[in-house]
Amino acid sequence: MITAERKPMEEILDYISPFQRIILVGCNECVTVCAAGGRKEVGLLSSALQMAFMKDGKTLSVNEITLERQCDPEYVEELVAHISQADAVLSMACGCGVQEIAKRFPQKPVFPALNTKFMGASESQGVWSERCKGCGDCILGLTGGICPVARCSKRIMNGPCGGSTNGKCEISPDVDCAWYLIWERLKALGQEDKYEDIIEAKDWRPSWHGGPRKIIREDLVE
Amino acid sequence: MKTESVLEKVLASGQLAVTSECGPPRGAQMNKVKEKAEMLRGCVDGINVTDNQTAMVRMSSLSACIIIKQMGLDPILQMVTRDRNRLAMQSDIIGAYTHGINTMLCLSGDHIHFGDHPMATNVYDLDSVQAIQMVKKMRDEGKFQGGEDINTPPKMFIGAAANPFADPFELRVARLAKKVKAGVNFIQTQCIYNLDKFETWMKGVCDRGLDEKVSILAGITPMKTAGMAKYMKNRVPGMDVPDELIKRMSGVPKEKMAEEGIKIAVESIERLKEVKGVAGFHIMAIEWEQKVHEIVERAGLLPRPQV
Repeated sequence: MITAERKPMEEILDYISPFQRIILVGCNECVTVCAAGGRKEVGLLSSALQMAFMKDGKTLSVNEITLERQCDPEYVEELVAHISQADAVLSMACGCGVQEIAKRFPQKPVFPALNTKFMGASESQGVWSERCKGCGDCILGLTGGICPVARCSKRIMNGPCGGSTNGKCEISPDVDCAWYLIWERLKALGQEDKYEDIIEAKDWRPSWHGGPRKIIREDLVE
Repeated sequence: MKTESVLEKVLASGQLAVTSECGPPRGAQMNKVKEKAEMLRGCVDGINVTDNQTAMVRMSSLSACIIIKQMGLDPILQMVTRDRNRLAMQSDIIGAYTHGINTMLCLSGDHIHFGDHPMATNVYDLDSVQAIQMVKKMRDEGKFQGGEDINTPPKMFIGAAANPFADPFELRVARLAKKVKAGVNFIQTQCIYNLDKFETWMKGVCDRGLDEKVSILAGITPMKTAGMAKYMKNRVPGMDVPDELIKRMSGVPKEKMAEEGIKIAVESIERLKEVKGVAGFHIMAIEWEQKVHEIVERAGLLPRPQV
């Protein structure tokens, strides 16, 4: 899933302080799962914002709406009925959702309430960690199902580097050494010999270095 | 002979090679480079010039190498993949070779997290193994990494680092084997304080016959103080400093610590000379270049061969 965290209150207030009426839009997908921008968080932020306005002797009217998916134009369309009643939109979706709203309502200011973080998995209650960089050319089949692009701090394809200590990365004892994990996994699979195959220089074109990416599925295009 | 590198010639002659290093200044100070390099004249076969070591901005390795080359000495261009993509690396390699620099070291580099610009982006377009492949392809095939022909390809004698003390230890010989497979010619190791562990690693290297495919220079860093020894043990990633060594350094009065550090360095060299597969020494006297001559001399490695 795409993970996100709420921005600091001061930053959000800076964005919306000039306005009296906003729509606060949540999203029912990833950000609901990572407890950053679902219906519940929309309610909490709405109250917090109204209280902050009241403290300053102002009032804020908040229209709370949580869409099924903010990254999908079909659901963003649901905002049409409400948009004229608002001075601005505050989105609690990931960056994709914020941009969908901006695209649909070119005349309306839209602000992000979250910082979009990474594609990750849930490690335990309240803990998520990065798993995938979306490099566009998956090499997990070569690395025992553990990604060095996302999980090695130096993105090293032929690790571990000289800084690996007790299974941890040189940057912090709280960060696992991806290549330690890869090696342990290769051993468990009985694929130790695979380790010595050099992973060749990566072609970064399918990744973010090739410019903004797009998928066109001819079989689905109408 | 693949290159004009003095280091390659010394190693080919079968004699123990000696290299040392010079950290460029953190400013436009040509004299600093010259002063440090001058201290190494006549006692080494090559002078590594570090590339933004510990992720701190310094004069570029390439410019400092050119200064050293113009002094009639033999610089070794260090290049980390942290700060440059493959375009920048290849253009600098061509530039270096154009200035007569024919020996280089391919490294991934310390993570940016440790330096004075932790807010910067890490590049890591390639890793050190892939950088070795690239430099070899430029030299042996006359082709850029992207596949096109080079007019007058740079002929670099290719080095890399190895840390026998990093974890997992069981992978350390295999990782070297990968660098050998990629085409590395010489290796400079991490500073060796735990000689027993180094010898175990070296045995693994020799058992696989890797010592016949790559020249291994054992890394030596003299310690100035007991404090430095403790710092290296506790704070430098991938460093193995045995407690006995810290005890030995701490056991001498402060004014004698430096001499004790030098003594340990010389003793280490003497012992490692006897280890099969050790082809020479890389003496990293950090901000202590003036002591390299003395260490090399006391270790019986002078005069340097004329090749």
